[in-house]
This record gives sequence, structure tokens and C-alpha cells, in this order.
Amino acid sequence: MRTAPVNHLEVLEAEGIHIIREAVAELERPVLLFSGGKDSVVLLHLAAKAFWPGPVPFPLLHVDTGHNFPEVLAYRDAVIEKLGLRLIVASVQDYIDDGRLLERPDGTRNPLQTQPLLDAIAEYRFDAVFGGGRRDEEKARAKERVVSLRDEFGQWDPRNQRPELWDLYNPRHRPGEHVRVFPISNWTELDVWHYIAAENIELPELYYAHDREVFDRDGMWLAVGPYSEPRGNELVRTLQVRYRTVGDMSCTGAVESDAADVAAVLVEVAATRITERGATRADDRLTEAAMEDRKKEGYF
Amino acid sequence: MGTREATSLLRLATAGSVDDGKSTLVGRLLHDSKSVLADQLAVVERVSKAKGLGHVDLALLTDGLRAEREQGITIDVAYRYFATPRRTFILADCPGHVQYTRNTVTGSSTADALVLLVDVRKGVLEQTRRHLAVAALLRVPSVVIAVNKIDLVEYDGAAYAAIAEELAAIATGLGITDVHTLPVSALTGDNIVNRSEQMPWYDGPSLLELLEELPVASDPGVGFRFPVQLTLRPQEAARDPRYVEYRGYAGRVSTGTARVGQEVVVLPEGVHTHIAGIDFAGVELEEAVTGASITLRLADDVDVARGELISSVADAPAPVTELDAMVCWLAEKPLLPGSRVLVKHGTRTVQARVAEILAKLDLDRMAPEEADQLALNDIGRVRVRLAAPVLAEDYTVSRRGGSFLLIDPQTQGTLAAGMIRGHEVFGNDFVADSWSI
Repeated sequence: MRTAPVNHLEVLEAEGIHIIREAVAELERPVLLFSGGKDSVVLLHLAAKAFWPGPVPFPLLHVDTGHNFPEVLAYRDAVIEKLGLRLIVASVQDYIDDGRLLERPDGTRNPLQTQPLLDAIAEYRFDAVFGGGRRDEEKARAKERVVSLRDEFGQWDPRNQRPELWDLYNPRHRPGEHVRVFPISNWTELDVWHYIAAENIELPELYYAHDREVFDRDGMWLAVGPYSEPRGNELVRTLQVRYRTVGDMSCTGAVESDAADVAAVLVEVAATRITERGATRADDRLTEAAMEDRKKEGYF
Repeated sequence: MGTREATSLLRLATAGSVDDGKSTLVGRLLHDSKSVLADQLAVVERVSKAKGLGHVDLALLTDGLRAEREQGITIDVAYRYFATPRRTFILADCPGHVQYTRNTVTGSSTADALVLLVDVRKGVLEQTRRHLAVAALLRVPSVVIAVNKIDLVEYDGAAYAAIAEELAAIATGLGITDVHTLPVSALTGDNIVNRSEQMPWYDGPSLLELLEELPVASDPGVGFRFPVQLTLRPQEAARDPRYVEYRGYAGRVSTGTARVGQEVVVLPEGVHTHIAGIDFAGVELEEAVTGASITLRLADDVDVARGELISSVADAPAPVTELDAMVCWLAEKPLLPGSRVLVKHGTRTVQARVAEILAKLDLDRMAPEEADQLALNDIGRVRVRLAAPVLAEDYTVSRRGGSFLLIDPQTQGTLAAGMIRGHEVFGNDFVADSWSI
């Protein structure tokens, strides 16, 4: 026998499940953004709990940059298979191939995800888009609502957000608009890891320490691979690394680590002095307002 | 979920007036509790230097949007996270100037405690009273008043004592029962995380020590309430064939405790039954406390849909089709009598009409005045006619059961935060001393 929720992790879990159920109850066509990254994995775990013993009542959407880590794609497909879910892939590569998007000179594809995402939302008429965004990640995200309105162009207007009171969420919107829903808004990186440990959730292996060929670019360890080749004077070394975030191979850095399991990662995250995005995401280093600008355009 | 050392979660809101150093206080709390990481601090140091400041401006830690940094103001409520070994905190940082009522109402609605900042040199301002009035109206359980910039008056105990006494009297007069005051300097860090050595006349806790001790909000004295979010009937889609016949009601325990075997009533129909089982993702529970997201199975074959309430029997709320309520108007477009709105109460959304604006609250005097409309940031008392019943509870007894939203049926935007007045004043003619809820 147990009573729930007692500790702060159980409170966060109960809050997340409540939010997911509210959006599903009030809206018609939800979808969950799933990248195989730890936050979307936790989000899917909550969704599975929310509707037990039924299936997760919505499909997953992956905006694939074409530069993903192969082991993350394999993990993604295994999870879909196990839970019997439907996966929709919006492919940045297709957009580049047919000229709707231009490759950026720096090779980074994360900012290119916005258009395929918005097109998929429009094509399938999704009205609730679940995302694993957390407010502690980044300062523009700190101002984000749990249920956040997007206009018909997918834009976020941070200066004109709906007030969010008590635990009464308002996901209503006009035709053509949709809402983004962030059930783990109030979780920190450390909370996510504690939850992964407590619930024994499987993650892509690259979250744990492993040997990998990397090279230093702008103070970040990038993996050697088909989408991230070292340039002239960038020396390749083999280091024991792990990833704190999982994104596009060409702009997601690894951190040196010997944390080979979840317990060791917890110790490492608790002691770290650098934020996960600061340590590992080149796209957020572009300008001080990089995330804010992408979010306004409709990025997740 | 198991092995982890239990830490409680406390939700805070901050409020203050312009230039009272609130962003600095929040920055200091994050910095001194080691919740600011090196790369975040490096950005703040770089920007402080670029601005020609002689010190690291910790306020920059909390300004998230470009317009905020450019204009040196805070536009919207921002959420911050920090933790001590004993407690995890969610802090809603509410800006002091732009739309302060809207922001403070939003932050206060979920807060266990409000941290109110006062500049010791300025004393009690009009806005200080208003913030306290909002905290009282929203029933924030604890209020902590941090008298800031004490370093600028040479740590003068008499200056602090005069303001603390005045504030405590105002707060008590508003009906706030749990009030704490303390002298701080957000700039120097005195009494924020560590106790100050500059003020031998103050022997109380630092702000963080105080926040670690405050009680987490609860709704005492209210029975079991469970607004149904969804019916779960997987049928042949069940992940396990044993659950093809499963029927459960998904929701979150709003107040009280659910126990297997307990008699309950389904409202507004009034059908009585028992709790046959409490499920949480495949685990059967004996009981579930306030805040738990669970699924209930009922003993009898009753039809329950979203928007209905499963309640303990003895103190079950009565269905009403009219509300006497306080509302904080949050929209640009003013409220006029006769407006058509939607009321969202718990998981139930019903059509409604604002039949009457009874009065507007003068926050400075905490007294009513006549009004024929409510404008943005106004707080007023209204009578709302409902097209279908809701299970109304007195907000002073239950923040969850007594709160609602008004929604615009055309734009679908949120118009107002509503708080249901107690039945003892329901229907009374308006008199001043029955004003507050």
C-alpha cells in the first residue's frame, strides 16, 4: 500500500499526468513530439501512465533533421514498436532535397526544424502538441506557459500570453490556431534524472559514458560522423564521453564523463556547474536570444 | 517510485514595487543557493561589464526576453527553480510594474507563500498594500515580507522595526494569519541565504531558512473531491487483454483522501456508490491523497463523464446555477454587465452570463465602490448566471473547489480569475464588512 504523492518528484509526476489528461480531454487531435531525447522519453512515460490500461491515445511526431545519431533513431523505433504507437516523421532532409529549405552555411539544422514541424501540424490538423520543454532549460522558456497558444502561423507571442491560474488550464483556441502543451514545465534536469532512476526508464545508450571519436570545435566535443567532419586543424581524439542532450549530430556536443549508469549520472548532474544547453548546444550559443527567436517562429 | 530521499515542494510567488530590488533578490537567492551555473553567471558578468556596472547585476539572471533586457524591465511572470537538501522550490517571479495585479494574481493563485519586497527607505507604498490585499484575496497561506536595502540605512534596527510593525498590522487586518518579516539586503546578501552579521538586533532566520520551514498549502477541513477528467474504457485497445472490460475514471484528487470501500456521491446527479479500486498505472492503491493523479473504479455500474464530481457524501457541495464571486479582470476588453462567458470550474465548462457587477474593490481602502464595468486589473464582485450547474465551494475553505476561470467564448482567451464567495454571504445585499471573501 502507498499513498501518493509524497515527495516533490511524485508531485511533479501527478501534475504532469493531470496536464496530459486535460489537454486530451479538451482537444481533438493531440500529438507528442518525440525525439528519443530524455525529456520526450519521460513525457511519453507519463502519457503511458496517464491512460493505463489503455494505449497512449495519440501519435508521436519526430522532426528528423537527417543528422540524428543512428543509435537514437534505433531507440526511437524500438519504443514505438514496444508501445504499439504510430510515428509520423517530418523530414528536414526532404525539404532540403526539394529546395523548400536551404542548408545553412554552418551546417546546423536545428533551426530548420520549424517549417517541417509547422507543416506537419497543419497537414494533420493537430491542435495540441505535447513537448518536453522545461522552464529551467533556458531563459525564454522560463516565461513559457504550461499550455501555450500558437497563432495560425505557429508564432509564440511572449508579450501577450494567457494568464495561467491555479491548475485550471485553458487550451481552447480558434480554428487554425493550436496549443503547445508542456507537462514537464516545472521539472529540472536533475528531476528528470531522478525520475529516470526511480522509474527505471531505458534511454539511448549515448546518455551514458562510452568511448567516442570527437574533435574540439568552439570549446565543444563534437562526434566524428557523416554529418560532422573535423575541419583543417581540428584534432580528432578518442575520449570517454556522454551526451547531456540529444539533438542534431552537427551541433550537439558531448561532455567528458565516466558516468556509465544512471546513479553515476545523477551524481554528475547534481555537481555540474554548467547548464545542459550551455555545455552542449551550439545553436543556443548563436546569440543571447537564439531560443527566443526560434520559439517566436514556432520552434518547440 | 521509491528510494529517493523525500523532499517537499514549496511554491513561491514574489512581488514588489518598481526598483525595490526584487530581481536582485531572486538573483541572489538563486546565486547563493548555488542554483546558478557557471555559464549563466559568465553571461551576466559579461553583460554587467558591457553596461559599465561596477558590480555583477544579478537581476540580469531573471530577465529572459530581449525586450526585457533592452528596456531593463520584467514583462511577464517567469518561473525559477532551486533546491536545498530539504526542499525543492518553484518560484513565480511576478513583475512589479507592468500589469502588476494580473501578474501577482497569477503567481499567488498557486503559491504556498508570497515573498513581498519593501524598500526600507520608502516604507509602505500604495502598491505594497495592494500586493498584500491580493495575497489576502487569493488566500496565499503564508506571507513573508522582506524589508530590503537595509544596508543603505546603516543596518538601522529602528527603521526596520517601524516598517515591520506597520506591515504586520496591515497584513493582520487583511486576515492574513501567517506573516513573517525580516530585514535583508539583496545586493550584499545579508539574511538571504546566510544570516547577516551586520544586524545583532535581529536574531531570526535568513530568508532561505524561513522558506525551508514554511508549511506547504493544504485545504484543511474539506472532504474528498475528485473532478473527473476522462473516462478510461480501453475495450479491445487495452494493452493487456485482462483489461478489455475495464472502466475507470481518471482525475486528480482535488482535496481530501480517496479510500477503497469509501462511500461516494457522483455530482451533480447525486448517485451514491462506493470506490471499488484506486489504480495508478497498473498499481492498486489503498488510498490516494490530495494532489494524486489516479484512476478510480466504482462499485456500481454508473455512468460518469468529464465534468462530473466524485465526492465524499457527508459534506458534498450543492449544485448551483448562480455564483456570487470575486473576479480579477485580466483582459484588455472591459467586463460589462450581461456579457456572455464560459465558466471553467474544475473539469467542468459551462455557458454563463455575468448578470450583474455588484461593485469594484478599491484596493487601497479594501472597500467597495460602485462600478458599471470592470477594466483590466480591476477586482470586483459579480453575480454569474450559469446555463448548467457547477459544484461550487467557498474559496476561503477550498482554493481548488472555489476557483474558476471566465473564458471568452469567441476569442477563447482567459478573461478573469474567479473566487466563489461563501454561502453565508451568498445572496446578501452588499455591505462593506462582508466584502472580502
